[in-house]
Amino acid sequence: MSAVFQAVFAPGFFTSDPVRVALLAGGMAALVSGIVGTFAVMRGQSYAGHALADISVTGGSASYLAGISPLWGFAGVGVAAAAAMDLIGVQRRRGRDLATGIVRGAALGLAALFLYWGTTSTSTTGATVTILFGSIFTVSGPTAGAAALFGAVALGIVAVLYRPLLLSSASPELAFARGIPVRATGALCLVAVALAVSLSALTIGAILSTALLVGPAAAALRLTSRPGLAVLWAAVIGLAATWLGVLLAYDSYYWPPVHQGWPVSFFVVALVLVFYLLAQLAAARRAGRRPGQARPLAAGRDGAGA
Amino acid sequence: MLSGFMVNAWVVAGIVAVVAGPVGFFVVLRGSAFVADALPTGAFAGAAGASLIGVNPLIGLGVFSVLGALGIGWLGRRGRHDVATALALVMMLGLGALFLSFSSQYAPEIYSLLFGEVLGISSNEIAPVAVLGAVTLAALLVVYRPLLLTSVMPALGESRGVRAARVETLFLVVLALATSMALPVVGALLIFSLMIGPPAAARSFTDRPPVAIGLSVLVALGTVWAAIAASYQTNWPVGFFVGTLSAVWYAVGRIAASWRRSRSQAGIAAPGEPAEHSRLAASVRV
Repeated sequence: MSAVFQAVFAPGFFTSDPVRVALLAGGMAALVSGIVGTFAVMRGQSYAGHALADISVTGGSASYLAGISPLWGFAGVGVAAAAAMDLIGVQRRRGRDLATGIVRGAALGLAALFLYWGTTSTSTTGATVTILFGSIFTVSGPTAGAAALFGAVALGIVAVLYRPLLLSSASPELAFARGIPVRATGALCLVAVALAVSLSALTIGAILSTALLVGPAAAALRLTSRPGLAVLWAAVIGLAATWLGVLLAYDSYYWPPVHQGWPVSFFVVALVLVFYLLAQLAAARRAGRRPGQARPLAAGRDGAGA
Repeated sequence: MLSGFMVNAWVVAGIVAVVAGPVGFFVVLRGSAFVADALPTGAFAGAAGASLIGVNPLIGLGVFSVLGALGIGWLGRRGRHDVATALALVMMLGLGALFLSFSSQYAPEIYSLLFGEVLGISSNEIAPVAVLGAVTLAALLVVYRPLLLTSVMPALGESRGVRAARVETLFLVVLALATSMALPVVGALLIFSLMIGPPAAARSFTDRPPVAIGLSVLVALGTVWAAIAASYQTNWPVGFFVGTLSAVWYAVGRIAASWRRSRSQAGIAAPGEPAEHSRLAASVRV
């Protein structure tokens, strides 16, 4: 029994400080991303979420140059970009991805410039890799504490807006007829997404931020057509993927070929994809003879009126 | 500014712009900006993997971007397209992180794959770019009509027996080809910005697809050459200028579109995308 335990949890897993911080910060980011992500996926804002993660990283690198705390750079630029996206028309279905792409392209251009200015002394390689990947094992204690604040605000926005948000995601016309300010609700939702991704981009990196925002939520929306249940599933799946990923990464320290450990982001992303495919399989089996046709809540139309 | 290595930069950037114009026209028309972003960003993992096993990075790039395109097509038929794209993108990036952790040899290339280092192109890099660019344009020419039909009038396309899913997959492969052509020389940011900014502007000025394609090639050429010149003068990264100019073009296009709309306010349809689309549809001769 203890041999099995030793094989699953490599020695020192529970006493290691970096692991504890990674479990905490990663778990927090996974929870917030899963819950906020359910709405982002329902509203078709996966791309906006991905772009916001990159953009808030740009803000982080800019705040280095300006000499302010990167934390505020992350959140401030993320929220500003969300406002810009809303302003130039992410609420329309067709032109939305284009507008998002333009904002992301311009922001990455700025990132290139900041890197050029900021890295005449240090290496560009490290900074680029951090922008692309981030690292879960390098979160410092105080940062994690302040980042928790963003998560709480994002969750607060979603909790307050829960019902109007569902209705306006499912049927903007109906929501409008009932007097819900659809535009403002959408903008606030985007702000919540921006806060959630800047929290996770800061603590666990840009790749994982997108993966945890979109993957668990999409899997959850496959499993159930009830929004409340979907939010719960998304949080559970995100948490499971993150913690299993951290565990595997810790175990992989002795794996070939380099014996330095495989990256956490790889494990978490792979687990998220596996969970999504499993959920898809479950949905297809439930749909019986029409596999591939089942799309519970795909457009958010089924459960929201309930 | 016109010395040896600069000539290479002008030529390669020109080729990339000529390919990005037509491909980007369809990216904008089909609203697939996310895919056009995800493939170049994720495909670098292929290059890192190829260098790990000692193969030419260009092959790795090609394999990964085509696999990524097929994966997006496969997942996208079974679920939401943006979710499929996001998952494929993070999976490719995750693999990239894994390959980089095995060997940090390739890490210095990452910066240029993301942001581009146009000014460091050697003359033996031009031939592969030209060949791949020609292949991309030829592939686009082959699927041109069904692609236009399914982009503008999916219902009519279906009634004519055009399989929308197959056309979508073919288009993704064209995107993958364009990606593997441009990525090693100009970087992900540059090819992506060129594929959405100039075509978005071009579409706002005209409803006729061939004219829009020609215009977007011209705008893309102007953008990339201006960016190189500015980069040469200031020593700032090319990606910055291309990204910013693309945003400017997009803004110009939006202003032009709203001006055109207000001029034809007497029109029947409500202002917005559907009207634009029906005008475009009317211009497709079928």
